[in-house]
This record gives sequence, structure tokens and C-alpha cells, in this order.
Amino acid sequence: MNIHEYQAKEILRREGVPIPPGEIATTPAQVEQIARRLGGMVVVKAQVHAGGRGKAGGVKLAKTPAEAAEVGKKIIGMHIKGLPVEKVLVTAAADIETEAYVGIIIDRASKRAVFMVSPAGGIDIEEVAVSDPDKIMRLPVDPRYGLQPFEAMRMGFFLYKDVAKARAAARIMQQLYRAFIDSGASLAEINPLVTTPAGEVIAVDAKMVIDDNELDRRPDIAALRDESAEETSELQARRANLTFIKLEGNVGCVVNGAGLAMATMDLVKYYGGEPANFLDIGGSSNPEKVVNALRIITADPEVKAILFNIFGGITRTDDVANGIVTATRQNPLTVPLVIRLTGTNEQVALKILAENGFAATNDMDDAVQKVVALAKGGAK
Amino acid sequence: MSIYIDKTSRVLIQGITGRDGSFHARQMREYGTAVVAGVTPGKGGQQFDGAVPIFDTVADAVEQTKANVSVIYVPPPFAADAMMEAAEAGVKLIVCITEGVPVLDMTRVYPFVKEHGARLIGPNCPGLITPGESKVGIIPGGICTPGNVGVVSRSGTLTYEVVDQLTRAGIGQSTCVGIGGDPINGTSFIDVLEAFEKDPKTKAIAMMGEIGGTDEQEAARFVCDHMKKPVIGFIAGQTAPPGRRMGHAGAIISGSAGTAAEKLEAFEQAGMGIARRPKDFVELLKARL
Repeated sequence: MNIHEYQAKEILRREGVPIPPGEIATTPAQVEQIARRLGGMVVVKAQVHAGGRGKAGGVKLAKTPAEAAEVGKKIIGMHIKGLPVEKVLVTAAADIETEAYVGIIIDRASKRAVFMVSPAGGIDIEEVAVSDPDKIMRLPVDPRYGLQPFEAMRMGFFLYKDVAKARAAARIMQQLYRAFIDSGASLAEINPLVTTPAGEVIAVDAKMVIDDNELDRRPDIAALRDESAEETSELQARRANLTFIKLEGNVGCVVNGAGLAMATMDLVKYYGGEPANFLDIGGSSNPEKVVNALRIITADPEVKAILFNIFGGITRTDDVANGIVTATRQNPLTVPLVIRLTGTNEQVALKILAENGFAATNDMDDAVQKVVALAKGGAK
Repeated sequence: MSIYIDKTSRVLIQGITGRDGSFHARQMREYGTAVVAGVTPGKGGQQFDGAVPIFDTVADAVEQTKANVSVIYVPPPFAADAMMEAAEAGVKLIVCITEGVPVLDMTRVYPFVKEHGARLIGPNCPGLITPGESKVGIIPGGICTPGNVGVVSRSGTLTYEVVDQLTRAGIGQSTCVGIGGDPINGTSFIDVLEAFEKDPKTKAIAMMGEIGGTDEQEAARFVCDHMKKPVIGFIAGQTAPPGRRMGHAGAIISGSAGTAAEKLEAFEQAGMGIARRPKDFVELLKARL
């Protein structure tokens, strides 16, 4: 789960990380009021779940409250990577001397939370990783002992020669690590961590991603979810316990299991079609899931044909067949449907489908070729 | 021969009285797996289906039944503890089916299991099966047939798809292993490839990877440097949208975006056969057996 910058900053602030003051606004008038309260130069920052906000024009400086309102008017309501900006963070602008990067991520290779820090922070940190890998220090944390003070200091000195700044950075890393563990995060980033001419070390931007598997046991974190920041069809799918990602093509796909779902999309492409979505109905097969899946897919006007590809293991294919019958009775389909199912209770499923006028195949390649041809015919 | 499990495997089921645990306990027994014990705290002393003794703790179960494999079906909040309990009780092969285990839990479980000298498969995996001998997990037994192709995969239903196509084409399997798709799992592609290379029964290997991470690239390097047996690879997600990135850190940590193209390139360089579609495994394997 993504959380917004202002939410991540709130979590870090509670741990003691120094962060410039700021507040959330949803109207230009509020932006102006906050800017006046803060005094001096402010930054107005779009709060959306998309990277590259600055490059898209979603982050702007303002010298006066009037200018802040002006900037706020431009940013609120704009779209960044298709997502509407409904909230902005108005925060005091920091006087920046240097920019560093500090991040923690779960590393598949070392199977630990790993710190990555670099004195070359800012928006181009990924390029630094490629062009100048020596400027990035990695430090895996042993989960049994946590981040030790000497480890944090080693990273602090990697960022700053000055001992006071190194100490300040080390303290921030301890706080970031605590926030990471206590929030059940899979990523926590401060980029940039800046120094000011007055010698302070402060976090100017923060990003956190929470492991979805942690949400059940952390209701306070789960409550941070902002549904207005999610794509509508993906939100509906999540509520229905389905995994859905919208794509650009016209072949709607309903599949059980993520690997098979991806392989099905690949096969659609292989035979000359374009998948309209990734949709995994998951393991347990409840006819209701199929009904929801069809509702979400048929809401996309681009979809010209729909493919079911079900390999019944835990999923019972007769449940899927029942779901197809129920769903199409409630909302008759306007586009052709191709069904491939095999595995658990296949014979029962085929009988249910036949009785209701549906044909089905048990061969994945046949089904995909057929649906691709139908989608092309329907597109004419 | 086979890898990890065979007809001598003595299996205990953690969470045997739960919805999934009881269903799959029956499926495993029907397949012929020697299910010797179940564990559900508070139900010790009872019997499952009048045939399998239930214990309160894994330690009790191991002591009294000499179980040497454990399969876990407990809910996600308790899965980490269940894996550690099995390792501490001396079980050497632990298979965790549970989906949704928090990854921070796995950062603690992984070193614990390792220090106890156990092998963990999963979590979030379909388990494994040695056709005709033993099945531990949820892979449908009916689609498998004994033979000499080793199968290893990160996904569940995609494994079934490929195994089913192999069986229909008359190509049997030595052992099929689903290692699971979570960021931290107990057994990697390389672990399984190494075991297949040593297994005299296995003559060729089918490997199904996915986009994300660098496990497949590392596996390809291993194939190139250490394997004589032919390996055919497939990558799911060639058409998956790039995006969905995890801040800057994801790309920095692996030095790779984990795309399908990158992985297929690694397979090619390692001299592996490449299945573009699941059905391509059939012809590619036939040519090498």
C-alpha cells in the first residue's frame, strides 16, 4: 500500500526526524492561509501516488501567500500520470546546502532490510547508482539485533565528514529504521536529506510503502489508505478481493493465479492480440468473485472480447462456471466470451456451461487464438 | 529417485483441523502421502479422520511419530511462528503453503530456519510432489505422472498448466517444486536446480520464472557454470506493464528492473532452451530427452 508524503512525514516526525513544518490543503484559499501561517517561502507539493511529481509540475516554490494560492490553483485538480491531485502539502521551504539519499528496502538477495545511503541525493539517484556505484553505500541490517549505533555512524560518516552532521544523520537513520519496522513497511525513503547553511540535517521529502500483508495487524496504518488516490477499477477489484491492473488492449482476461494470468496475457500478445487487463481471481473460488470480475472488465468500453482461463487446483471450475452463468444472467454480455477451463470438477463445469449455452475448451492456446480473432473482428 | 520427498517421507500437517489444512490432508492421504501426524494447539490427543493423531506441539508430534517433513496451512499471522516451531523441533523439510506472510516476519524466519539446518520451501507456494510417491502441499496429483523431468516454478497455476501439458504429451516428472513468489522465500531456483543436477532420475529441467527481482538471472548463471543437464526456461510477464516501481530503492538494490527481456537474455546467454509459450516445453524437452 502506498501512503502519501505527508502521511510518511507524520510517521517520521513522531519518531523524531526533523522535518520542516507543513499542512495539507485542498483549496487555493487553504494554501494561502497555511503559507501565511508558516511565513516566508513555501513549497506546494501534489499528494498523489505517482513518481516524478516535480517533473510533471506538481511541486512548486512560492515566495508569498498570494503566489502560493496561485500555485495551489494550478496544482489542485491537475493530473499526474492519470491520477487527479486532490490534496497538496504546503511546507516551509528549506535553505538547501547539500542533498543526500537515505533509503531502506527489503532486499531479496540478502533476505534482509537493507540501508542504502548516498551523499549524491536528489531526483537523479538512480543514475548515480549506475554511473557512480561507489557513491552508494549498502548496509544489510540483522533483524535479530536491529541497526547498531556504529553501523548508523558508519553511514553518517559516509554522508558527511563533519562529526556533528554525521551524528545527526545517524540519529535520523535509527529513527527511520524504527519507523520502517513499526509500520510494517517494505520501503522507506528520505530523498533528499538536506543540510542547511545553519548546519542542520533535515528530511525534505519522504516516501513509504507498506507491506499489504501487515495491514490486518496494524489498523492505524491501514487507516491511512486514501481510496480517492486509486484508479477506480483497481479500487473496485481490491474491494472484491481481486487483483486487477488495467492495460491498454481490448482482450479482457479473467485468470486464476498471478503466474498463469501473466502467461495468458503474454500468449494473447504472442497470437497478435493486446490484453486489456491483468486480473487474478485468486485461489478460492467463490462464484461472487467471477460476477465481480466480469462487472469490472465489462465496464471498460475498450474490451471487445473476454477470455476466461481457469486451471482448477484449489479453484473449483464448477464454481467458476456458476459464476459465469450468474453474471451473464444479471448483465447480459455485449461482447463475445471464450472459456477455457480444466482441472478440479471440470466435467461438472462443462455440463453447467453447456446447459446454459456456453461452449468451453480445455486448451489454452486454442482459447487464446479464438479470443484474439474475435477481438479483432469486433474492433472493425 | 527424486528430490526432497519420496515414499519414505513422514509428513506432519500444521493446521490440520483448519479449512484448508483438513481438505488438503485428505487429498494428500488419498494420493498416498504418509501423513503421520497433525498439529493444532488444544486438540492434542484427538484423531483426524480417525486415522491421524493430533498433537498440541510440533515437538510432541516429531518425538512420537518421527515425522521428518512438515507442511503448514496456518493463517498468515501465525505462519512465521509455525515455521520456526517446526525448525526448532528438528524437522528438516518445512513447506509453508500460507499466502500473505508479512515479509518482515520472513527476515527473522529465514536465518532461524537456516541455523537449525532445515530447508524451507515457500511461503506462498503450492508445495511439491514426487509423482507416484508423495505429495506435500496442494499441487493436484491427477495432472502429474512419474518420469524424469524436474519442474521448478515461482507460480502455482502456471506450474499446473505446464505439468498438465507435459503429462498429456507423455512426459513424466521426477519431482515438481513450487518455490513461491514472495520476496523472501526459503528455497531458491538455484537450490532446486542443484538438487536436480545431483538426482540420477532427473534428466532435464523445466523452470518457470516471473518478472521482478534477479533470481532467474542468478539461476541462469548457475546453469551455465554448474549444470550438465538441459534446462528449459520460461518467463511470465512479458507483457506486464513496467511501472509499479518501488521508489528509487527497488532499482538501485538489484541494479536491474527485473524485466522479462532481461531474464530471457540471461537464459539465452546461459545456453538454456527458451519456451516462449507454456506448450513449447513439450517439444523442447522431447528434443533433449
